[in-house]
Amino acid sequence: MALDKNGIAKRIAAELQDGYYVNLGIGIPTLVANFIPEGMQLTLHSENGLLGIGPFPTQDKVDADLINAGKQTVTYIEGASFFNSAESFAMIRGGHIDLTVLGAFEVSEQGDIASWKIPGKLIKGMGGAMDLVAAAKNIIVAMQHTDRDGNSKLLKKCTLPLTGVACVKRIVTDLAFIQVTERGFELRERAPGVSVEEIIQATEGKLIIEGDIPEMVL
Amino acid sequence: MNKVFKNAKEALAGLKDGMTVMFGGFGLCGIPENSIDAIHEGGFSNFICISNNAGIDDFGLGKLLRKHQIKKMIASYVGENKEFERQLLSGDLEVLLIPQGTLAERIRAAGAGIPAFFVPAGYGTEVQVDKEVREFNGKMHILEHALHSDFAFVKAWKGDTAGNLIYRHTADNFNAMMATAGKITVAEVEELVPAGSLDPNQIHTPGIYVQRIFQGINYQKQIEFTTTSD
Repeated sequence: MALDKNGIAKRIAAELQDGYYVNLGIGIPTLVANFIPEGMQLTLHSENGLLGIGPFPTQDKVDADLINAGKQTVTYIEGASFFNSAESFAMIRGGHIDLTVLGAFEVSEQGDIASWKIPGKLIKGMGGAMDLVAAAKNIIVAMQHTDRDGNSKLLKKCTLPLTGVACVKRIVTDLAFIQVTERGFELRERAPGVSVEEIIQATEGKLIIEGDIPEMVL
Repeated sequence: MNKVFKNAKEALAGLKDGMTVMFGGFGLCGIPENSIDAIHEGGFSNFICISNNAGIDDFGLGKLLRKHQIKKMIASYVGENKEFERQLLSGDLEVLLIPQGTLAERIRAAGAGIPAFFVPAGYGTEVQVDKEVREFNGKMHILEHALHSDFAFVKAWKGDTAGNLIYRHTADNFNAMMATAGKITVAEVEELVPAGSLDPNQIHTPGIYVQRIFQGINYQKQIEFTTTSD
């Protein structure tokens, strides 16, 4: 069985480490916050100027001056801090963020990522995505292995306008956990019940399979 | 010298069609609502507008877009505005999209007297086109230039008559940098107090950057996506 969105988020949460400062993108990445292991201390960064994002507020605590990068109302945790956008991206560019999780339309076997623009269709802008992928040392992409028409999103070369080059290190899809190395997409784990053959079928880029590929432990 | 103006309309003195203007805010959070309304009513046009976002259809910069007061928009993300998309596709509006951190730093650089700088964001993408590229510490960077403006409109929580500003929560965002990058910076505040009333330890934007300040009124503070846990 392929993973659902929560399954993908849960597998990514297993990569978290105590003390990490983490930036979670919009969509599946946001769900990772629901699976932070018990007892682990994590600080979530919001690029509009908040370190220490808390849960969504109760109705009576909604505050127009307190939003996340997706423009949703949020709260802040004890030990949080607020700052301006230049400071926020200094944290990103300066390599102070330990882990960035974001979605993508396509990833290439060189680690290039396309996630912001579909010519003629989607022209909303890149927001902070280009800054994040260019600077982060540790990027995990959360996405479906194939698009709605069944086309692979793990490609030899991206076909859409790029967000960044040679930057993606790990990919968690509904089918697999993949490490991106100089050799290509290294298959490390299969989603529970998914065969290596299914992953090969769904991957257009160079897939490297060495030895027995274990199932994910969720 | 008196920096205090009676209202937004008075604080716009000298604003002209075709100028480059900055507006603070992220989404609708921390936007200078009073100044936007006064510009909307003032009937100005042909602005080159620098703002992280473009408002929504009927609030924030969306109001200026609907009245075709903006000729060119410089932003990082314009997703929440259908009128914007319509004008862009019809060719009525020119748009320059810039990575958010680069946008913030280009504005900061203008205020700090740094004409240009290198960043990694956008290398190998369409953002890099026609820009100087250089390698530092084994990593490729592109040259980006400072972004100045004729007028910068910012919004703060509290301000004093000396122009010192304090922002609240995530309503700081682009306001702090833009305050430094306007030839004339107009600050509107929810609470204007006499100089000496604010704790100097808590000032975010020192008054040197602010030429005009006024007490804002009737803040709507619209929320784009009210998301609750209950």
